[in-house]
Amino acid sequence: MDTSLDFSTVQAIIANKAVKVEALIDSYADKKEQLIALLQDVQVEFNYIPQDVIIKISQKLDIPLSQIFSVATFFKAFSLKPRGRHTITVCLGTACHVKGGQRLVDKLARDYHLMPGETTEDEKFTLEAVNCLGCCAMGPVVVVDDKYEGQVTPDKLDKILKKYE
Amino acid sequence: MEQKLRQVLDKRIKSAQQLKQFRQTLIDGKGEKRITVSVCGGTACLALGAREIVAAFTEEIEKHELQVKVEFKETGCQGFCARGPAVLVGPQKIFYQKVKPEDVPEIINETVLKGNIIKRLLYTDPATNQEITYESDVPFYKKQTRLIMGTNSEIDPTNIEQYIALGGYSALSKALFQLNPEKIVDEITRSGLRGRGGGGFPTGRKWQSCRAAEGDIKYVICNGDEGDPGSYQDGSILGGNPHSVIEGMIIGAFAIGSHEGYIYVRNEYPLAVKHARIAIEQAMDYGLLGDNILGSGFNFKVTINKGGGAFVCGESSALIASLEGKVGEPKAKYVHMAEKGLWDRPSLLNNVKTWANVPQIINKGSAWFS
Repeated sequence: MDTSLDFSTVQAIIANKAVKVEALIDSYADKKEQLIALLQDVQVEFNYIPQDVIIKISQKLDIPLSQIFSVATFFKAFSLKPRGRHTITVCLGTACHVKGGQRLVDKLARDYHLMPGETTEDEKFTLEAVNCLGCCAMGPVVVVDDKYEGQVTPDKLDKILKKYE
Repeated sequence: MEQKLRQVLDKRIKSAQQLKQFRQTLIDGKGEKRITVSVCGGTACLALGAREIVAAFTEEIEKHELQVKVEFKETGCQGFCARGPAVLVGPQKIFYQKVKPEDVPEIINETVLKGNIIKRLLYTDPATNQEITYESDVPFYKKQTRLIMGTNSEIDPTNIEQYIALGGYSALSKALFQLNPEKIVDEITRSGLRGRGGGGFPTGRKWQSCRAAEGDIKYVICNGDEGDPGSYQDGSILGGNPHSVIEGMIIGAFAIGSHEGYIYVRNEYPLAVKHARIAIEQAMDYGLLGDNILGSGFNFKVTINKGGGAFVCGESSALIASLEGKVGEPKAKYVHMAEKGLWDRPSLLNNVKTWANVPQIINKGSAWFS
């Protein structure tokens, strides 16, 4: 894979992002009570919530930094650290737990050095452990990005993850 | 743009009479479509491959040019997730389970065209070892009276017309034009409906105190932040029949005098969020939400808020804090939400399923429910 980008392209990307962030924050100008929705949009855009965006939100919408920080750290949907290109969600709700969800988490820790809430070094995967995705009949359930996989075993998990770059 | 605007304006239903007529045209419009095929598109069935089955059906139906004869739809959760993906062939509701895309041509050729039953795809009762043909005979369904989820298999949740055709929004029109707010609250109280989120608080009493609470701005909130393991009623209702919830909320808002509502849904239910969002847009287009609902002069709008993945936000004071853009931590409730809730204003907060019960109670009367 060719990952080299020339300097001007990188600059353009950064500038583009900055414009997007400005526009995004401006669209919430008269509804600052929807801070959570705004942070969700930021999270979707960057895959995490960068520090400079938090500062910008605070300045533009006149919300104390401490409030944004507390919201961004309280809810599980937000991350202050960059996340991987793909999110692996392992369900550990009661039904999936009984059917062996923990074995999947153990496997990821052992073979991929990936702990819940963390990202692999190559920024490929981020692991999330959640409680109940609402389809217990097919447990243990793993979701990679938006794709649901049922009755997952440690061996099957390898095969599933191989499909992602 | 102008054309789109006109289309939207044209869709608006302006009176109870028009709604009735519109429903009749929808029913008449079905014409020759006597056979229905509905594929369950609930979270579990989707994960088990329902999307491929929908694609296979669409292809087969086009191939045989059956579009006029067969009413095909992808529905919300039909309930029997353990046997998914499920396919129902109507009107008799033949229940096929664990269907694979390869089975689709056979279902079209044999069942839809010739009326034969494919034994291989039927459900076998593990207790008696008997094959069961119809959905209503499956033991899992047989002992249930499914008031809320029962119509899920007949409704494409992304199509408001199918809900209207089944009598949807008739309770709203009854509430707006035949009843008054006191009568609605009275009816809910007498029905004995209690909080379906698990708290079991008498819904009527909550409505009464919120109606009596002082303040010209009041809010209506729908709590869809369920987090109990293994319970996904809220997700299945919002994903499978979102209009029943919205209709309930409009009736509640009319009863207490509110003009603004919020639906708070878990972020983990992308399907519920998507379908509820489409439902709100369609209800706006048809004049069932927004200004001057059904020409009654009553205004009401609904916004969707996605949760941030915190279990505790299912608790009402934490949910309200989260709606206000704060950390979702519960507070001590010295004063009821009905008097001082969102932005310290009277707020009527009910669970998804509680809201979904409201239209049926209004339509069939409190005596039927209690």
